[in-house]
Amino acid sequence: MSERDIVLRVGGVEKSFTMHLRGGAVLPVVREVSFDLARGEIAVLGGPSGIGKSSILKMIYGNYRVDDGTILLREGDQWIDVAQSSPRRVLALRKETIGYVSQFLRAIPRVSSLDLVAAAAREGGLDEEGARDKAASLLARLNLPERLWSLPPATFSGGEQQRVNIARGFASGHPILLLDEPTASLDAAARARVVDLIAERRDAGTAILGIFHDEKTRAQLAVRMIDLTRFAAGPRGGLAGRAPEERPDSHPS
Amino acid sequence: MSETESPLLTASGLTRYYGPRVGCVDVDLEIYEGEVLAVVGESGSGKSTLLAMLSAQLAPTRGAICYRTREGTTRDLFSLSEAERRFLFRTDWGFVHQDPRMGLRMGVSAGGNVGERLMAVGWRHYGNIRSEAVDWLGRVEIGADRIDDRPTAFSGGMRQRLQIAKNMVTRPRLVFMDEPTGGLDVSVQARLLDLIRSLVADYGLAAIIVTHDLAVARLLSHRIIVMRQGRVIETGLTDQVLDDPREPYTQLLVSSVLQG
Repeated sequence: MSERDIVLRVGGVEKSFTMHLRGGAVLPVVREVSFDLARGEIAVLGGPSGIGKSSILKMIYGNYRVDDGTILLREGDQWIDVAQSSPRRVLALRKETIGYVSQFLRAIPRVSSLDLVAAAAREGGLDEEGARDKAASLLARLNLPERLWSLPPATFSGGEQQRVNIARGFASGHPILLLDEPTASLDAAARARVVDLIAERRDAGTAILGIFHDEKTRAQLAVRMIDLTRFAAGPRGGLAGRAPEERPDSHPS
Repeated sequence: MSETESPLLTASGLTRYYGPRVGCVDVDLEIYEGEVLAVVGESGSGKSTLLAMLSAQLAPTRGAICYRTREGTTRDLFSLSEAERRFLFRTDWGFVHQDPRMGLRMGVSAGGNVGERLMAVGWRHYGNIRSEAVDWLGRVEIGADRIDDRPTAFSGGMRQRLQIAKNMVTRPRLVFMDEPTGGLDVSVQARLLDLIRSLVADYGLAAIIVTHDLAVARLLSHRIIVMRQGRVIETGLTDQVLDDPREPYTQLLVSSVLQG
């Protein structure tokens, strides 16, 4: 990995959750996480579930706060530290520099699938018509039946929703892409199409950081493994690294 | 969205007491064009007091609000004359009330409600006013055949869309919204959220939305302010504050949302 190809540099990142509703209990998530990612490279975060993989992606995207350390993104000749950036700066980074495909689709209920994807393409700088074309071609490539395009994804199956989600993440040309188990709820045929899309983006120079549990997908994409067990914050409770909405105190019932 | 761009509205040290009772204390905020800011908190947290001050309807006990006008000069809102403030309210600003009856004239037709705001800024030609009204009713999905009906004949969701059309017709740069989806059916809410979101995207509108509904804040806003007992206790990127809340009270709010 040549120094000037590096586009993401995570240095000494620490994260814990303080749960005030549980008497201030502190859940350590990760400690001293450091790695680099270069353009045209796919790296995968590895380690058992609960080790903080999703949390790391969320910190890089600015969705979770960072307690300590730096998350540097290259923007032209500059390095921008996400951990220190203002909300507006993070929003600008998300528009121009960094894309994220989450595990679950979150969208305004009534908007059609095609419009959701087209909106992401417009954010990435395409005009109205170009954005719709781009959205249609992505949905077609991901083999989402055309009769579903005009419908909001709320009633879709998990795999169909995930394809809309992936199309949205790939609709704009972010130089850095974060993928949180993009193929988890897909059948083999759909997965193969996603793998093609990912490989295409890598070959075009995008730096990709992902979580892929599927051994075959990893092998096909020839990824570099970043082993998080090296960095795990201990003692590791089963809760660490999960999103707050998955933690039991979020469910008062 | 460059860092050097200057805010449309800046509030500093905004404080309002009602006698000895606290309305709102030491609130600082900024809003930029194309940005939606959500103000959340329970009833009595000071959200509505804050909104009333930001929209120059209520004078602060202390603190200042500066606004960048269309002419590009930044003015202290409370140094404007009453006439200048009224002009702002009719042109450059919109205010969407939770109860559309407060923002509409219920005895006047839908077209009249929208046209009235145009006439207030000097439109005189009846045909132009009517066609602009039809155009805006269309954008909020109210058919041209309803233009002569009074809002009393409209459903709650339609009234709210009419109120939005009325506000948008003068192409305001800043819209204040007080619980805009409150009291509406869930399906109607979704449609309204979609409408507000597309208006922000298409017109580069800035919006300050007061809501107690965290789902509305999540879907619409870029940044969020959490208020409690008149003070801002947490602020930041909306998804960050909602997914990784730091303050005990914010954690309580987030954890109290029913999971769908």
